[in-house]
Amino acid sequence: MLSSLFQQFLNGITVGSIYSLVALGYTMVYGIIKLINFAHGDIFMVGAFIGLIISIKMGTNFTLVIFIAIVLTSFIGVLVEKIAYKPLRNRNSARISALISAIGVSIFISNLVVLINGPQNESYPQLLPNNILQILIILISIGLMYGLYYIVHNTKVGIAMRAVSFNVNTARLMGINPDMVISFTFAIGSLLAGAAGVLVGTYYRAVDPFMGMMFGLKAFVAAVLGGIGSIPGAMVGGLILGLTEVLGVAFVSSSFRDAIAFGILIIILIVKPTGLFGKKTKEKV
Amino acid sequence: MLKLKSIHTKYGNIEALKGIDLNVKEGEIVTIIGGNGAGKTTTLNTISGILKPVAGEIHFLNKDITQWKADKIVAEGLIQVPEGRQVFPNLTVYENLILGAYLQKDKIKVSKKMEYVFDIFPRLKEREKQLGGTLSGGEQQMLAIGRALMAEPVLLLLDEPSLGLAPIVVQNIFKIIQDINKTGTTILIVEQNAHMALSIANRGYVIETGKIVLEDDAKKLLTNDEVRKAYLGG
Ligand SMILES: Nc1ncnc2c1ncn2[C@@H]1O[C@H](COP(=O)(O)OP(=O)(O)O)[C@@H](O)[C@H]1O
Ligand SMILES: [Mg+2]
Repeated sequence: MLSSLFQQFLNGITVGSIYSLVALGYTMVYGIIKLINFAHGDIFMVGAFIGLIISIKMGTNFTLVIFIAIVLTSFIGVLVEKIAYKPLRNRNSARISALISAIGVSIFISNLVVLINGPQNESYPQLLPNNILQILIILISIGLMYGLYYIVHNTKVGIAMRAVSFNVNTARLMGINPDMVISFTFAIGSLLAGAAGVLVGTYYRAVDPFMGMMFGLKAFVAAVLGGIGSIPGAMVGGLILGLTEVLGVAFVSSSFRDAIAFGILIIILIVKPTGLFGKKTKEKV
Repeated sequence: MLKLKSIHTKYGNIEALKGIDLNVKEGEIVTIIGGNGAGKTTTLNTISGILKPVAGEIHFLNKDITQWKADKIVAEGLIQVPEGRQVFPNLTVYENLILGAYLQKDKIKVSKKMEYVFDIFPRLKEREKQLGGTLSGGEQQMLAIGRALMAEPVLLLLDEPSLGLAPIVVQNIFKIIQDINKTGTTILIVEQNAHMALSIANRGYVIETGKIVLEDDAKKLLTNDEVRKAYLGG
């Protein structure tokens, strides 16, 4: 019983840390341009598929696979921003336009993958040793999150990110080019999503073109739970969601799995809409 | 050094600047005074490249900067201290200052500049690790000016530095602005607090509903009847 509880706990943290990685992308982009990037789940899926292709073409060396996957995914994330969001931002379009554009990108990406590879599930190669798979996933996630935390708090571009998220025009008066900082934010967020994609693939040993939908939605719930816009919030939100989900399935019923995430969302929206770490923000006029 | 020729700036359909002409010469302190909504902030933001004029030209150091982006203008040494200070409340004092020197790649120069700023504002040194949002109004104004100094301004634009500050703090701030000018930085300061601004300026402009209506030596403006009536309380 005790070892089974420990196992469930480990499962929860494993899934949760991957939720955290994806939630960070939602929260960072929201923090800086107030956009819920609906395509982020699909970027995560693309990361998983890139990892799959690399491991088929170049072998199942985990370091190589994840490295190439995160570089390419990051590039694709920046590309999406430049093509689908930046033109709208420069025209001062309503926020809802960018949101609709994001939904469009999401549909486009998942269907593009269907077009190229077909709609079926693909089995994923084993990239990490099975006996310590979960521990490695957790350690890699923590490492990436620490890297992110370091960048945001100790580098000039990280400080600039926080400045842009507070006030774009004041940031421009410092000589900051907001477009550059926004691209950088998408690059980092997509990089984390790409890593998460490979980790999910190798954890569940399967991927499909629509895996980004549900996983992305749940990661989004994790971001809202932590307080959207808050980086520590996304980290904690992911872990809580992962743990609740796994423990709920183990000790209540597996038919609850998806209901748990959205139940949490509803409760949070009612009880504390700003999330655990969220600050009350006054709407700027 | 800075020349505006017939600058028109719009917000949507509203024309906030209706042909502004002004110039600032090297070494001067120039002020633009005017009431609330006259177009002072719009003028500064147009100069800084935050707003784009629909007509007219802006020249700085003999370059036509009218269409330049804000970051390029900053790189040229034209630095603004915005209205309401706009200190980043979510960043520490230290981080705010670092951002002031965002375009400066040389780390040694940055830390020298920071020492210089701490010399002028010892209070900021004491509060180095505090969040910008936790400072008092006067301290925030010091931080906003210190942050601008980090960028090594050739021309410093100040938007109502006296806004919301106690008179004694205002005097201190204006004294420091004069000192900065003495080190060779040219200054353009917009104010509703006309008395304070005119008393330290060489020349002044009066702006009303998007137009310059008067321009003269600061001393003469201080004794000008219309100015006294409208901006100096009679
Ligand atoms: N963002 C804005 N949108 C529309 N109108 C604006 C905006 N900002 C300022 N205005 C208008 O432009 C005019 C000049 O404003 P501003 O330059 O802020 O004046 P000042 O700084 O002298 O108080 C005012 O009539 C003001 O209402
Ligand atoms: Mg103003």
